[in-house]
Amino acid sequence: MKIKSQKDFWSGLMFIVAGLGFAAGATNYSFGTSARPGPGYFPFGLGILLAILGAMVLFKSLTIESEGGDPVGAIGWKPLVLIVAGVVVFGLALPRLGMILSLPILIMIASLAGDEFRLKEVIVNIVVLTIGSWAIFIKGLNLVIPLWPAFMTA
Amino acid sequence: MDLINNLVLGFGVAFTLQNMFYAFFGALLGTLIGVLPGLGPVATIAMLLPSIYALDATPALIMLAGIYYGAQYGGSTTAILINVPGESSSVVTAIDGYQMARKGRAGAALAAAGLGSFFAGCVGTIIIAAFAPPLTELAFKFGPAEYFSLMVLGLIGAVVLASGSLVKAIAMILLGLLLGQINTDVISGVPRFSFDIPELTDGIGFVAIAMGVFGFGEIIANLSRPAEHREVFTKDVKDIWPTRQDFKNAYPAVLRGTALGSILGVLPGGGALLASFAAYTVEKKTKGKPGDVPFGQGNIRGVAGPEAANNAGAQTSFIPMLTLGIPPNAVMALMVGAMTIKGIQPGPQVMTSNPELFWGLIASMWVGNAMLIILNLPLIGIWIKLLTVPYRFLYPAIMSFCCIGLYTLNNNNFDVFMAAGFGVVGYAFFKLGCEPAPLLLGFILGPMMEENLRRALLLSRGDWTAFLTRPLSAGLLIAAALMIVVVSLPSIKSKREEAFHEEA
Repeated sequence: MKIKSQKDFWSGLMFIVAGLGFAAGATNYSFGTSARPGPGYFPFGLGILLAILGAMVLFKSLTIESEGGDPVGAIGWKPLVLIVAGVVVFGLALPRLGMILSLPILIMIASLAGDEFRLKEVIVNIVVLTIGSWAIFIKGLNLVIPLWPAFMTA
Repeated sequence: MDLINNLVLGFGVAFTLQNMFYAFFGALLGTLIGVLPGLGPVATIAMLLPSIYALDATPALIMLAGIYYGAQYGGSTTAILINVPGESSSVVTAIDGYQMARKGRAGAALAAAGLGSFFAGCVGTIIIAAFAPPLTELAFKFGPAEYFSLMVLGLIGAVVLASGSLVKAIAMILLGLLLGQINTDVISGVPRFSFDIPELTDGIGFVAIAMGVFGFGEIIANLSRPAEHREVFTKDVKDIWPTRQDFKNAYPAVLRGTALGSILGVLPGGGALLASFAAYTVEKKTKGKPGDVPFGQGNIRGVAGPEAANNAGAQTSFIPMLTLGIPPNAVMALMVGAMTIKGIQPGPQVMTSNPELFWGLIASMWVGNAMLIILNLPLIGIWIKLLTVPYRFLYPAIMSFCCIGLYTLNNNNFDVFMAAGFGVVGYAFFKLGCEPAPLLLGFILGPMMEENLRRALLLSRGDWTAFLTRPLSAGLLIAAALMIVVVSLPSIKSKREEAFHEEA
């Protein structure tokens, strides 16, 4: 069998897996009756419905011809990994190192994800954004954000 | 006259110094993000949600609303000057607007867009003020069955009118509804799908989803495409004022666009985007005078009509949100979230329980529109300068604000990690051609929908036919079914796909 639409094939599969996953999970909760629906009632129904729709998308992707096979295309691994890594590292660093260090780390990692990386520009960006964020969020909006590293304030 | 009294109350609220300031700030920020391609109102409002904890409800909502309609103004500038829609709703403006700019008439195009938007914004504000109270009356007659059916209609309508594959869009709604099921069941108190993670028992924060999918996911998608070269027509913007002939040509288009936008804005799934597409189609079909510039080569009607429509639509899409508590698009979904954050239960009771918020918000829209016309026409030079800022400066800034916002949400880094995960999911959606907006709508409406479904079933003692025997509920469900049937008809289906191909 030939896949006629790559995008639909994978999205159909995604919907089926997600739908069945939620439906299976919902069996752990009381289903109740129609007159007294329990916590599992709604998610179970929705999950099954999603799986059915996923199957429809999947079926269509195998039967109906699409222009050029509708390819998913190359995955941009570099931005994907670096942008996500930047956010995760920021989440880990902020409570420990404070905004003064974690924001520059985030901006540095994020900037590496782009096509053009010019150190001078990135440093300018870091200085402007770090001072700006301090002014807006900590000074202006009075939000509780650790500014300095934990080892310095302790 | 109730309407007059209400508007007096509203303007009293809107004209306080504090609220004027937030309307201005929202409009300014909206213009800014509208001008910048790759940053939309959804991501921006999501970014600002954590900071509204520090504000009162009225100024907070006034500011967020300003961002939405401000973005409609700003988006047209980018579309006209560099042929890149700053906002998705300006896609069609780029077609004729950019051609006008190439012919040295950028000023006239910008003025037509700005003045058309202003006119539409004023009309939109009056329509909200006039239609909100009767709709609110109607909403009080709704029981749980009607609410459930209304939400079904709203969700179906949102995708029927949106672009792309219908089945996939409905699947995205269901996925959103399911993600909304990760919480503690309201009725029995059982935590669901939490995997014993305490943070998940309160549900996934919708800010984390919105920022992950619309913020991080979009950044990844933008960066994985080769950089585009932009040609900016900056030096051509001298004669801002259009000629008498331009006015004559443009004003009927503005009137049509305003009318169309006002109607489409109220419909579920409507709002700025759909309105501008429809208005462009109408203008193209409407016969012009002989000797008019053909469409696609710089016809001023192709700018004025859609721009008026998208602004009118942006305003009237507040109607279902304010009167029924049901968001017709992703931006309104975030507004519902913002109201909840401020402890206001969205729904028909808002008008009576918080009249100063309700009418103040409406009046502020007119104030905001007046500010926008000043911001956008005389100060156009500043925005043009902004267009030259490269994306490599912008996205680290977006990420910084998102990350700080996510952390301050609960003073906890859990939401930061969640958003990182949803960034990956968002990129996957982009790659698979799945539109994320219906997911967000489903996510917001999920818990409400479940509660109403279960209450309706309790009342009917488990009888599902109750949804069809109650006339109002049945009517809403039939309308939803009709929508699906109509767009699935072969002739309309091919037209619908054609329309989105041509203009997208």
